[in-house]
Amino acid sequence: MIELDKIAYSYGGGELLSDISLTLQPGSFHFLTGPSGAGKTTFLKLIYGELLATAGQVRISGMDTRAMTRDQIARVRRHIGVVPQQTQFLDHLRVADNIALPLMVSGRDGGGAQTDLDQLLGWVGLTSQKEQFPPQLSGGERQRAALARAVIMSPDVILADEPTGNIDWEMSQRILKLLVELNKMGKTVMIATHDLALIRAAKSQVQARVLRITGRRLQLAGADL
Amino acid sequence: MKALRDILAFLVGDPQADRVVPPTGFTAQLTLFSAAAMAFLASFALALSTSTGRLADRWSSELAQSLTVRISAPEDQLAIQTQAAMGVLQTTPGIQSARALSIEEQAALLAPWFGSSVPIENLPIPQLIDVIEDGSALNVASLRLRLQAEAPGAIVDDHARWRQPLIRAAGRLRGLSWLSLLLITGTMAAMITLAANAALSANRQVIEVLRQVGAVDSYIAQAFVRRFTLRALSGAAIGAICGMIAIALLPSTNAVGGFLTDLGFRGAGWLVPASIPFLAAVVAFVATRLAALRTLRTMA
Ligand SMILES: Nc1ncnc2c1ncn2[C@@H]1O[C@H](COP(=O)(O)OP(=O)(O)OP(=O)(O)O)[C@@H](O)[C@H]1O
Ligand SMILES: [Mg+2]
Repeated sequence: MIELDKIAYSYGGGELLSDISLTLQPGSFHFLTGPSGAGKTTFLKLIYGELLATAGQVRISGMDTRAMTRDQIARVRRHIGVVPQQTQFLDHLRVADNIALPLMVSGRDGGGAQTDLDQLLGWVGLTSQKEQFPPQLSGGERQRAALARAVIMSPDVILADEPTGNIDWEMSQRILKLLVELNKMGKTVMIATHDLALIRAAKSQVQARVLRITGRRLQLAGADL
Repeated sequence: MKALRDILAFLVGDPQADRVVPPTGFTAQLTLFSAAAMAFLASFALALSTSTGRLADRWSSELAQSLTVRISAPEDQLAIQTQAAMGVLQTTPGIQSARALSIEEQAALLAPWFGSSVPIENLPIPQLIDVIEDGSALNVASLRLRLQAEAPGAIVDDHARWRQPLIRAAGRLRGLSWLSLLLITGTMAAMITLAANAALSANRQVIEVLRQVGAVDSYIAQAFVRRFTLRALSGAAIGAICGMIAIALLPSTNAVGGFLTDLGFRGAGWLVPASIPFLAAVVAFVATRLAALRTLRTMA
């Protein structure tokens, strides 16, 4: 469980986010929207410990992220799959190895992982790209590879920042379906997106809460979506 | 010992561990070359140290146990003074035996200078007495005084005149070669640290990605440590082998037994230079690990 308790954040200037409280219940499904520059990416980074709140507390499994060591945060990441808006890969490793990287760094590079990997590559439609290197991928392929990498450890929480930003409608639907599927398996999902059509499509498949960042605050978006 | 076990665990352990760091051809070659050069130098420093040690030991044990009494006197007094000197020597505590050399033995000693055909029995050469100490404290000064009274032509040559500075020089040389070894080790550590730091900052983005997917500092450090330890080990192996071959091929003229031709190792002594690569691996392991953990701390 992840709890945000009256948090605020500023990059040094004025506060970008203030007085935000939220509890991500296990198995919940959230969308995060808001205008560009509102702080969606920042908000997700606060949740997974990449940034530390300048006021208030972010607690992951009851632990304050500000009190955690770097290694503790690294270990927490194994339970939180992140699809960053700016995808980064190890360019010298093949796509398949990049997707399996979380297994490798956590010492779980077992034989059983191979089937998971192939299945996952099929899900995100990268089977024929798995022997390529990341710089050879298109923008959308990179995002799908990042999604596969985020879920390969079967994390409890999946945070996806614009996972369908560069992707056509049909593939977006498939990715959404994968995330809904994972949510039905009990995973907590939060997706930051501008894509209202995607949110509408999701609402018919899953009980999703839509949160909106406006004026530094977090609000529950109306039913008009 | 623990470090050595850790290193072995690394080398035989997870061969994938350093795949997460991209290969760097040029830096790798430079590290390899420097490790080889350092190991080459280290093998010579070690050879110098063992040889000077051996030499100093031999000189001090051989020469400290013996002295020579030389009696120069007119022909008619030589036998009498020799007799008197022998009497003194035999009653001096600390002396095991004293023996006057025969004409033939003295001729043999002089042969290299005069040739064997010179009839030295006709020359006024001094009589030599070979004295062996028994190891207890012989008071050379008081021996000199007593000899002066009994046999005025006797001169005690306890080799100290030339022995002491030689042994000191050998000791100094040995100290210098140890210092060189320390400096070589230090230089190696510094060089590996520089190379590791360069590699770490060149791979900042790689480290970011690794952290994002849940890698802890020690895992990231290990990837670098494994790289550099392997490079240092293989580089130093090349250097040490070249050094050992060069030392083994030094011209050997044991007959003369000079200091220069004595440079090298004997028997099991060869294990010492053979251990240089492992020492280099330990140095690389420690240096890279410290550098990596320190740098990772600052890359928050
Ligand atoms: N590292 C940073 N240092 C300073 N300011 C930053 C930094 N990162 C983001 N910002 C600023 O914080 C604000 C919020 O950025 P953020 O990336 O969270 O927005 P966002 O809601 O994700 O936008 P988008 O929809 O365009 O992705 C922006 O005005 C941005 O310029
Ligand atoms: Mg963003």
